[in-house]
Amino acid sequence: MDQVTLARWQFGITTVYHWFFVPITLALGFIVAIFQTLWYRTRDDKYLRLTKFYGKLFLINFAMGVVTGIVQEFQFGMNWSEYSRFVGDIFGAPLAFEALLAFFLESTFLGLWIFGWDRLPQRLHLMCIWLAAIGTNLSAIFILAANSFMQNPQGAIYNPVTDRAEMADFGAVLTNPVLLWSLPHTLLASWLTAAALVAAVSGWHLAKLNRAGVPDVAEAKAAAAAEAVEASTAAQPAKKTDNSVAAHRFAATFAAIAMMVSGVGLLITGDEAGKIMTQVQPMKMAAAEALWETAGGDGSGAPFSIFTIGTLDGSRPILQIEIPNLLSFLATGTWDGKVQGINELQEAYSQGQLVDPSNKLQQAYAEHMRAWGVETHTPIIPVTYWSFRLMIGLGMAAIGVALLLLWFLRKGGLPPNTKWWTWLMVLMPLGPLFANSFGWIFTEMGRQPWLVTGVLPTMAGVSPGVTVLELWITLIGYTLVYGALAVVEVGLMLKYIRLGLPQVEPVTQITDENDVLSFAY
Amino acid sequence: MIAMNVEPTTLQLLWFCLIALLWIGFLVLEGFDYGVAMLIPVLGRNDKERRVLINTIGPVWDGNEVWLLTAGGATFAAFPGWYATLFSGLYLPLFLILIALIVRGLAFEYRAKRPEQAWKDRWDWGAAIGSFVVSLVLGIGFSNFVKGMPVQVADGRQGVHVFTGGFWSLFSPFALLGGVVLVVLFLFHGAIFLALKTRGDIHERAKAFALKVGLGAIGGGGVWLLWSNLAYGTGLPGWILMLVAAAGLVFAWLMVKREADGWAFIGTAVSIVVIAIGIFLRMFPDLGFDNSAAETPLNIVTASATPLTLTIMTWAAGVFVPIVLGYQAWSYWVFRRRLSVANIPDEAKEAEPVG
Repeated sequence: MDQVTLARWQFGITTVYHWFFVPITLALGFIVAIFQTLWYRTRDDKYLRLTKFYGKLFLINFAMGVVTGIVQEFQFGMNWSEYSRFVGDIFGAPLAFEALLAFFLESTFLGLWIFGWDRLPQRLHLMCIWLAAIGTNLSAIFILAANSFMQNPQGAIYNPVTDRAEMADFGAVLTNPVLLWSLPHTLLASWLTAAALVAAVSGWHLAKLNRAGVPDVAEAKAAAAAEAVEASTAAQPAKKTDNSVAAHRFAATFAAIAMMVSGVGLLITGDEAGKIMTQVQPMKMAAAEALWETAGGDGSGAPFSIFTIGTLDGSRPILQIEIPNLLSFLATGTWDGKVQGINELQEAYSQGQLVDPSNKLQQAYAEHMRAWGVETHTPIIPVTYWSFRLMIGLGMAAIGVALLLLWFLRKGGLPPNTKWWTWLMVLMPLGPLFANSFGWIFTEMGRQPWLVTGVLPTMAGVSPGVTVLELWITLIGYTLVYGALAVVEVGLMLKYIRLGLPQVEPVTQITDENDVLSFAY
Repeated sequence: MIAMNVEPTTLQLLWFCLIALLWIGFLVLEGFDYGVAMLIPVLGRNDKERRVLINTIGPVWDGNEVWLLTAGGATFAAFPGWYATLFSGLYLPLFLILIALIVRGLAFEYRAKRPEQAWKDRWDWGAAIGSFVVSLVLGIGFSNFVKGMPVQVADGRQGVHVFTGGFWSLFSPFALLGGVVLVVLFLFHGAIFLALKTRGDIHERAKAFALKVGLGAIGGGGVWLLWSNLAYGTGLPGWILMLVAAAGLVFAWLMVKREADGWAFIGTAVSIVVIAIGIFLRMFPDLGFDNSAAETPLNIVTASATPLTLTIMTWAAGVFVPIVLGYQAWSYWVFRRRLSVANIPDEAKEAEPVG
């Protein structure tokens, strides 16, 4: 393999891996903060148990996100130094802002939250988890601002003296339409993922709490009713009945509803993002659909393909299921809008047409761009076509399972304590998790052959001084270390999920130097 | 190095100084938590003692590490040319640092997550070795910045510089000494931090260790400083900084002896600050590169971002650096108590797993 291929594989592996932890972190932080807020407000200790339980899962996951994130910041310079130099004037600032505004906030306040239970007044301690959660989400803004510039390089000009792209309008970088829709889309996807984890974990525990494998709704109802009474009589510390069912029921219901809401939001933001994509990256839209010939605009509309059996190379597929006119609507907002096909775009680009003729950076760099000699302007169609469908399909499937969970929970019911339910709960969070991966694979591989759309080809961005051997060493190194850590991480997550809600005791503030800490590593 | 006529703008100077400041923050703060982590298997004789060590840095190490990430991000944004050439040039050393940071970062969070002693021991060694590797590689790296890393313009690409020294050239005797010195210096700094933050047996052992390793830090550091001033000197300022740095180490050692842990910590902290200032003085204006073979130089002017980007970043730094300093200082205040084994809770018996 050559340097470009190796560097791309490395970026793909490390980034997809990093993004297993990020979406969970982004929304789970808020979910834990919400649980703790409910506890602070109501003093009902089921919320405190949920806070501690999901807080632990959050931290196990967060640690992986942090350490794999460092690799992300460094590998731009290590593997893509010419890219870094070329766009650093625009791309570097969001990364610096991320460290300054987001990383400091999340790391400092998470440290205060983890160790601060017995040192901070409760209100201040509650503020710490909120600030940590806000910090992680600030990260998303900056990273997506940087990424959106790669998709749609606005706010920059080309300087021939320094031979690089330079910032012209920071406001334009921060108001990139790609950013405005990909940010809510990404954050909602995080909510879908983290909520699916919570729904699955609590949904599974509820099934296990469903007595002796026999779905005894009456007994569960009685338990739920007893708990409701107990909660309303403001929990006397003396009589302590187990409130696990009530706690998990609350978490599962809350999470399943959060999944519905994020699902709707994802459809809306994804739809808008698709329209922007059609304008600034028409090839990506065509590739998402494997739409070889231009369709629509002549009175008919372009159909949306649900799935295809066949080769996707433009020849007649064996079987294809389509929804008429839907693609026209998704891409243009009208039912008969014209959607350009791969062949037409490939032809236009190879004759020198710019991807977005109104883009200033693309205009200014056009001659240099052509000198790089890009021949294929088409991404790998099966990858874009299927990743796009898997993104949508896996996300929707999880929402379907969440509906089923809500169905079981209605009127004080519990899910069945069966094998198939356990499997469903294992699969539910994996759906959105992989939907995230496929979404990123789609958006990054769909951008090919560009690193910066219409400006810098991917091959032009690699480090001039790095050898193939060095790339192999690091590629193998990361893969082995990441593989081993995945085993450790998943093992810990499963262990703590199975341990269930911890018993909680009232936390007292430390006053004496010999007081035992309520929490220590 | 050839004295080039380099005239940086105020913004470029400011950002060079800010990046130096971020590195200084990192070296002073994470310096002690590297030291503490290296000492986990050395000073902690049983699990509770080891937990005392870990808990002295538990709430703060991650925040300390962000200084490094911010230094990296700021270099990317303010001097893209510096970031590009440095990070691709130090490819394998950075890879080592990354792997070491991954292992040590997870160690603190994961060690207590299973009751088996073997699991804990493994993570303790991971934290210690990881911290050792990062310190060693950084010491070697900074020594190479002092020497100057040779760069050239890449074929036919004006403005694109590549490191030409090759991997093995990084391991000169001067650089290797620098690596060892940074390890020893962080051990000294970390042992003093432990003395400052603990009570009882651990406190005594940390002090005894500091007195021993302190001699190594003073001796090794002295030789490295002398060597760098003789071979790669910056004139009078360099000599003055060297004297202050050495005095800081000696002062720290004396203060450990007199039970003044706070003063001792200030001694090593000042010494680290001053050594870093000396290094960055030497890195001005060529950013630690040796441009003698390059047609056009890579320096504070040619590597820099545009005035617009630097201005935006200056506003952000002006607002947020003080805020960050404020809340980080507050978190140190919250966790100001000294710890001893008496404070460490017993491990709760684990509940029966479900399913």
